[in-house]
Amino acid sequence: MKGPFLSGAEIFFECLKREKVEVVFGYPGGAVLKLYEKLYDVDFLKHILVRHEQGATHMAEGYAKASGKTGVVLVTSGPGATNTVTGIADAYMDSVPIVVFTGQVPTHLIGNDAFQEADIVGITRPITKHNFLVRDVHELATIIKKAFFIASTGRPGPVLVDLPKDVINSLCEFDYPEKIELRGYKPTLLGHQNQIKKAADIIRNAKRLLFYVGGGVIMSGGDRELRLLAKENNIPITMTLQGLGAFPMTESQSLGMLGMHGTYWANQAVNNCDVLVSLGARFDDRVTGKVDAFAPGAYKIHVDIDPTCIDKNVIVDLPIVGDVKHVMAELAAEITSPPDLDDWWTQIEKWKEECPLTFENNDGKLRTQYVLDRLNEFTKGEAVIVTDVGQHQMWTAQFYKFNHPRSHITSGGLGTMGFSVPAAIGAAFAIKDRPVISISGDGGFQMNIQELTTAVYNKLPVKFIIINNSFLGMVRQWQELFHAEKYSFTDLGDSNPDFCKVGEAFGLKSYSTTKPEDVDPILEEAFSINDGPVLIEFKVEKEDMVFPIIPSGATLKEMMTKRLDPKEMT
Amino acid sequence: MKHTISVLVENQFGTFNRVVTMFSGKGFNVHSLSIGETETAEISRMTIVTEGEEKIIEQVVKQLNRLIDTIKVVDLTAQPRVERELALITIYYQKGNRADIVSVCEIFRGNVVDINNKTITLEITGPPDKIDAAINVLEAYGIKEMARSGTVALKRGEQTKADKKELVQKNNLQV
Repeated sequence: MKGPFLSGAEIFFECLKREKVEVVFGYPGGAVLKLYEKLYDVDFLKHILVRHEQGATHMAEGYAKASGKTGVVLVTSGPGATNTVTGIADAYMDSVPIVVFTGQVPTHLIGNDAFQEADIVGITRPITKHNFLVRDVHELATIIKKAFFIASTGRPGPVLVDLPKDVINSLCEFDYPEKIELRGYKPTLLGHQNQIKKAADIIRNAKRLLFYVGGGVIMSGGDRELRLLAKENNIPITMTLQGLGAFPMTESQSLGMLGMHGTYWANQAVNNCDVLVSLGARFDDRVTGKVDAFAPGAYKIHVDIDPTCIDKNVIVDLPIVGDVKHVMAELAAEITSPPDLDDWWTQIEKWKEECPLTFENNDGKLRTQYVLDRLNEFTKGEAVIVTDVGQHQMWTAQFYKFNHPRSHITSGGLGTMGFSVPAAIGAAFAIKDRPVISISGDGGFQMNIQELTTAVYNKLPVKFIIINNSFLGMVRQWQELFHAEKYSFTDLGDSNPDFCKVGEAFGLKSYSTTKPEDVDPILEEAFSINDGPVLIEFKVEKEDMVFPIIPSGATLKEMMTKRLDPKEMT
Repeated sequence: MKHTISVLVENQFGTFNRVVTMFSGKGFNVHSLSIGETETAEISRMTIVTEGEEKIIEQVVKQLNRLIDTIKVVDLTAQPRVERELALITIYYQKGNRADIVSVCEIFRGNVVDINNKTITLEITGPPDKIDAAINVLEAYGIKEMARSGTVALKRGEQTKADKKELVQKNNLQV
C-alpha cells in the first residue's frame, strides 16, 4: 500500500510517532529550521529546549537509563552536532540507547566547508553503535526505523542520523516499514544450551561461588531472574558501578561494589572464589585491577550479549553469548540443587567484620559519607540518584543502598564530568513517583550548569546536591597518593562561585551548610518542595579520601584501607 | 602470525571507512587491505591481511562481526584458499641488463607492460611471498617505483565424494 506524499520533516515526526517517542531533547538552528517549523504543530511529543547540546545528549541518556526507553536528541548541524559528541561517547561506553538526529547542510554543499558544516558522521563513527547520513528522502523512514532498532536491541548504544537540509525539505511517499531486515546485525539472544547446562553443573558444585553483576542485567530487565537465581541458591553477589541496584543492596547477599573502590569483602570474595559468574559485565580495568591477579583461582563463566566482550580483558573458561535475562532464567531451571556455600558465607562475614565501610562521624565536621548516609535514610533507598564523576560518585556507590534497578545513573565508562545535572533532568522526565537526586562535586557541577534553566523552566522537582570540597577531589586524592603531593590545578577554593547565589539567580531555592546537624533539616525542607528544583550545597571536609582504594593496575594486596598516619608509619 | 581475513560488507557509503576506523581505533595491525565488488552488486568483499597473537585475531574477527554493515567474516588462514596479489614494478634498466630483467620477469611468470628508453614496467601476480621473492631479485637492478594491490583471497571450492562420483558418471570417466 502506498502512503501519502509528505515532506521529509513530516516523515520525521510520523516516524517518531510510530516509535512512540514521548520526549525529544533539542536545540534549534539553521539546518533544522524546517523540522522545528513542523514541530511547532506537533502535539504527540514534548520537546525540551536545552541550553547546550551536550546537555541534550546527557538528558537523553538519563531518560533512557531511568525508563529503559530510547532517548532522542535533535540538534542542528556543525557546532550543534559537535556539541553532542561527549554525550554520544558517554552513551557508547555505557551502552545507553539514544538516537541523535543532527541537521546537515544540503547534500550539494556537503564537503564544501559550508556554513555550519561538520562531518559528524565521520566524527562519530568510532563512538556510535552505528550512524547514517540520509542522502535521499526515500531512505528516511527506513533509516529512522533502523536507527531505533539498532540503538535499543542487542547491546544497546547510541545511533546518529544526519539529516541534510534538502532531504528534510523534499517530498516523498510515506511508507513506514513494519519490519526491517539487517543481514549484518542479528544479536544472539538465546544462550547455547550445552554451555548453560555445563554452567549449571559447575555452579551446583561450587564451594566458593560469586556472582559478578554488571549493567547488562539491568538493561536486559533481568533483575527478577537474578533475584530468583540468587535467592534460591543463596549466592553472594557483587555489583559493578553500572550494576548497582540490579540486586537490592539492603539484602545480606549483596556484597556491594567490587573493584578499585569496592568493598574489602567483595574484593576478597573475588580474589578467593572458586567459581566466578560474570553476568552482563565486561571486566573493565577499574574492576579487575591487574588482570592476571583477578580471581586467580576461579573457574570463570561469562554471560554477555556482546561477543567482543568475551576474552577481551580476561580469558574465561566458559563463555555464554546471549541475553543475560534469558540465560539466568535457564540457569535457574537447570540448577536443581543449591551449592553448599555455608563455609564460604562464614568466610565472607569474617571479611565484612575485618574491614567495614566506616567514616569519622564524631568530630563535628561535615563529610560526604554522612550526607549520603542521611540521604539513604531519608529516601529509604528508593530515590533515583544521578551522580557525576569523582569522589562523591564512589562514596555514593559505597554508602547509598540501591534497592531497585534503574535507580543509580552515572557516567561509568567515559567518566564524564558534567553528566549529573543534565542526566538527572532527563531522568526526571521519566520518573514521576520517586525523588530524582543529582549529586555533583563542585568541579563537575560547573560543567553543565546552564541546564539548571531547563530544570527550572520545566518545574522539575530535581534535588541538585553539590558536594563542595573546594577541590577536584579525586584528582587531588591521586596527587596525594601517587603524585608527590603536587596539588597541581585541583584547588578550586579561591575560584568557585557562591553556589547558593548561582542557584538563586537561576531561580532555584538554594541551601548551603558546613554543619552535620543542618543536613536533616535541609533535606526535610528541600524534599517538601515539589513544584521545581532545589539546590543544596554541602561544604564538606576538603581533604577526605575515598577508601578502600586499589591503585590502578594493582592487586588486592596493594589495597589501601585508610590514609597512612605519619605516626603509624614510624 | 599473519592472518588473511575475508569480509563481506554492505556496498554502502562509509563502510570501508568504518572498517578502517575500527582497526585504527582498536590498535590492530593492517598489512594490506583490498576492497572490490562481488558477484552481488550490493555486497563488497574486503580482504584484510593482519598480524597478531591468537587472542588479538579473535578480537579482530569479533570486532569486524560487530559492525552493522558486515555480513560475513571468515578467517581464511587455516583453510585451503587461493591467494593472489598483483605488483607493478618499474625498474631503471641499463644497456646490457634489459634482457636479464625480462628473464627474471619470465621466471616469475610476469609480463612486461610498459617500456621506454630508461625504464621498464613489470606486472607480477601471485601469492604475496612470490611477489616478495621477485622484488628481492629485482631490487638489485634499481626499482624506480612500485605499487602492490594487497592480497585478495577466496576459499578453495569443496568437492565432496558425491560430487566426484557425479562428475565421473556425467563424463563417463574411467577411474
